[in-house]
Amino acid sequence: MTKAPEAGPREVTMRVWRGEDRASGAFADHRVAVDPGMVILDVLFRVQATSAPDLAVRWNCKAGKCGSCSAEVNGRPRLMCMTRLSSLPLDQPITVAPMATFPLVRDLVTDVSFNYEKAKTIPAFRPAPKDADGTRRMYQEEVERVQEFHKCIECFLCQDVCHVIRDHEENKEAFAGPRFFVRLAALEMHPLDTNDRIELARAKHGLGYCNITKCCTEVCPEDIHITDNAIIPLKERVVTEFYDPLVWAKRRLLGR
Amino acid sequence: MDDLEYDVVVIGAGGAGMRAAIEAKAQGARTAIVCKSLFGKAHTVMAEGGIAAALRNVWKEDSWQVHFRDTMRGGKLLNHWRMAQIHAQESPDRVLELEEWGAMFDRTPDGLILQRDFGGHRYARLAHVGDRTGLEMIRTLQDRAVELGIDVLMECTIQKLLTDDGRVAGCLGYLRQSGEMVLLRAKAIVLATGGIGKCWRVTSNSWEYTGDGMAMALEAGADLIDMEFVQFHPTGMVWPPSVRGILVTEGVRGDGGTLRNKDGERFMFWYIPDFFREETADTEAEADRWYDNKKDNRRTPDLLPRDEVARAINTEVKAGRGSAHGGVLLDIASRRSPEYIRSRLPSMYHQFKELADIDITKEPMEVGPTLHYMMGGIRVDPDTQATTVPGLFAAGEVAAGMHGSNRLGGNSLSDLLVFGRRAGLHAAQHANAQRAPGAVDPADVAATERRLAAPLERAGEDPYALHHDLQAVMQDLVGIIRTRTELDEAARQLGDLRRRYDRVGAKGGRRYNPGWNLALDLASMLTVAEAVARSAALREESRGGHTRGDFPNSDPEWGRKNVVARWRDGRIELTTEPLAQMPPDLAAIVGSEPKATEQTAVESTAPAGLGGHR
Repeated sequence: MTKAPEAGPREVTMRVWRGEDRASGAFADHRVAVDPGMVILDVLFRVQATSAPDLAVRWNCKAGKCGSCSAEVNGRPRLMCMTRLSSLPLDQPITVAPMATFPLVRDLVTDVSFNYEKAKTIPAFRPAPKDADGTRRMYQEEVERVQEFHKCIECFLCQDVCHVIRDHEENKEAFAGPRFFVRLAALEMHPLDTNDRIELARAKHGLGYCNITKCCTEVCPEDIHITDNAIIPLKERVVTEFYDPLVWAKRRLLGR
Repeated sequence: MDDLEYDVVVIGAGGAGMRAAIEAKAQGARTAIVCKSLFGKAHTVMAEGGIAAALRNVWKEDSWQVHFRDTMRGGKLLNHWRMAQIHAQESPDRVLELEEWGAMFDRTPDGLILQRDFGGHRYARLAHVGDRTGLEMIRTLQDRAVELGIDVLMECTIQKLLTDDGRVAGCLGYLRQSGEMVLLRAKAIVLATGGIGKCWRVTSNSWEYTGDGMAMALEAGADLIDMEFVQFHPTGMVWPPSVRGILVTEGVRGDGGTLRNKDGERFMFWYIPDFFREETADTEAEADRWYDNKKDNRRTPDLLPRDEVARAINTEVKAGRGSAHGGVLLDIASRRSPEYIRSRLPSMYHQFKELADIDITKEPMEVGPTLHYMMGGIRVDPDTQATTVPGLFAAGEVAAGMHGSNRLGGNSLSDLLVFGRRAGLHAAQHANAQRAPGAVDPADVAATERRLAAPLERAGEDPYALHHDLQAVMQDLVGIIRTRTELDEAARQLGDLRRRYDRVGAKGGRRYNPGWNLALDLASMLTVAEAVARSAALREESRGGHTRGDFPNSDPEWGRKNVVARWRDGRIELTTEPLAQMPPDLAAIVGSEPKATEQTAVESTAPAGLGGHR
């Protein structure tokens, strides 16, 4: 059953970003002892307990369920609690840096309030009336499509990796980012919802900025097929609603 | 320092806090919610199995009365009967309400909310979303709170409740990102700060669970009760060491998984207590049939209440029948198809695959007890959730009474919704009856500021080392099986830690400094740890989550009393007070008190019961 403890070095070098702003901060090396099975977060706890007690790290559940401990490990956006040491080359320093897309608070912690502000701009769920017998019936096949989106733990790694905002600060105003396309898709595909958010997705959330490079899908720790299952269907709905001449004519005639 | 004023301030943003804030806001109160972490990351997000509610979608035979009976018996009748009654009656409406706000539970074939089996529940009762029910619940409540426009303070740790002539006036805390103090003036406060798991080394709890709410309430004059009752969840991960304690949902057993010792034996059949004998299967064949036919078969002992299962695992391991790394085996691979396992338990599949290199569709999991839940906490009025401090309310894990001496799985999420709503409602009503918040005494503010700043101004005891030592005391001396000698030793060592704590020092500045934050959290941890150790020494019997090796039986006399902790002249004072008595019609539903010899699976008695089976 359980495998033998993985072989490997008993010490590693953690190259951790330290500082309160991007200009004056720098990487600092910490040599620490490691045990079998450790994840990056365990090693950082050891750094805190042995050499850097004020090292700022944001975390919560340490089980891949809350999405707090996002950072860039060896350049790749990841959850630190789910990144095993054994998955990395240990003969060279392991670099851990804060997410690049958000303003730095300190060390590995960033200010992710951008995401909470975007969340406020999405119109809420509005259910249709109940069935005649007072129940709400939905079938497993219909809910599964939406449940995929509800797996999102809001780690914001998809936001971090998305080049629309990672490389272009000026786009943040007009672009909600993959996490909120997932949320829009979840609401749009909810079998009971009655709100229409397609115009908003196009005009206010900048769906058109996405050119489907699938970086978000690649980093999603929950394996949500963000591009294929959320963004592309939303783009198709925009096309149908705004550029299909029949739908356009009908909307003009009915005045909506 | 920020200085803000509200009608209702909710401290804690898990299920109970969010539900309370939603209700207070809906009542028209100016409402703020304070999160120790980011919004939507609170411990509720880790809940896996489901929300217990007698919806009757799977078993028409279910009812609030059966749910009430299961809850009371699971708590070994030490629950506050009125809370258990309200909970069983109102939880179906609270679940359906989540659906109105966009939640998507798994469905029955005819399109209703599906319900799953769980320990101690007579019928399949838990509304769920695979094994990530907590995430669905917290996101649904979060979105609702955003829709209502509730003010949210993130990464804010409250350190002090302020009172004016005994009634609530506000609270003081600090913002993690800046390290600056914040004053929140309020007519009413709802505490929803959760539990105390970080006092132990092996726990399923997150860093936030440091007992802040209980310690602050105690010092503000509220009563704590039942502090001796902590729950060790029977199934946490045990290997590799860095993941020890991470939760393995009871849903594994609810969906057909079974516990085995290293010899492959289904040992739970050896540990059925008389109190549950009539409703528990005594052969493997009957237990396996029960999943599909509950009318003619009794429940598998794999799904006895958590206290029973945790003690049984503890005994097996101590008897040398444990697995390679000191746990037992949890096997669903040989009992259900890989497709079924992956669809019902996706997070468990992922968790073992990523963290332990185990494919749970092919191999058994290695599991052992992990500290999971606090039954004790702040004493509240069962209908309004009011504490003994005017204007102060409490809901969820921080409050006590609902679960008695042991909580059933699935009853926590429903507790959060039912009593979170009631706390928010009554806090808003209380606030509406006040003209203005009480006056804040500047001396209180200055004293708190000095206390916060003190660790940064001295090079003293290392907070990480102190925390490590505190966890060692609680893990080694206040564990599953307790004795007088060990509990007295724990109290003595906690006293030593308290003296060391007076010299705690933190390096660095105020801005997002985990060492400093931990130094401040340790104050509440030391207070609640002392309350637990001393309450446990006082209760000389075994019941639910409190098992005494030197008093292995339950005692009907103790079954009629709560241990109460109060703050007197800067110290914790313990007394016992009579339990609220159930009306006869409800007592008839529940059945009799456990007989004096019935707490089984204590180390000293279990081996004798094994002879005939081995």
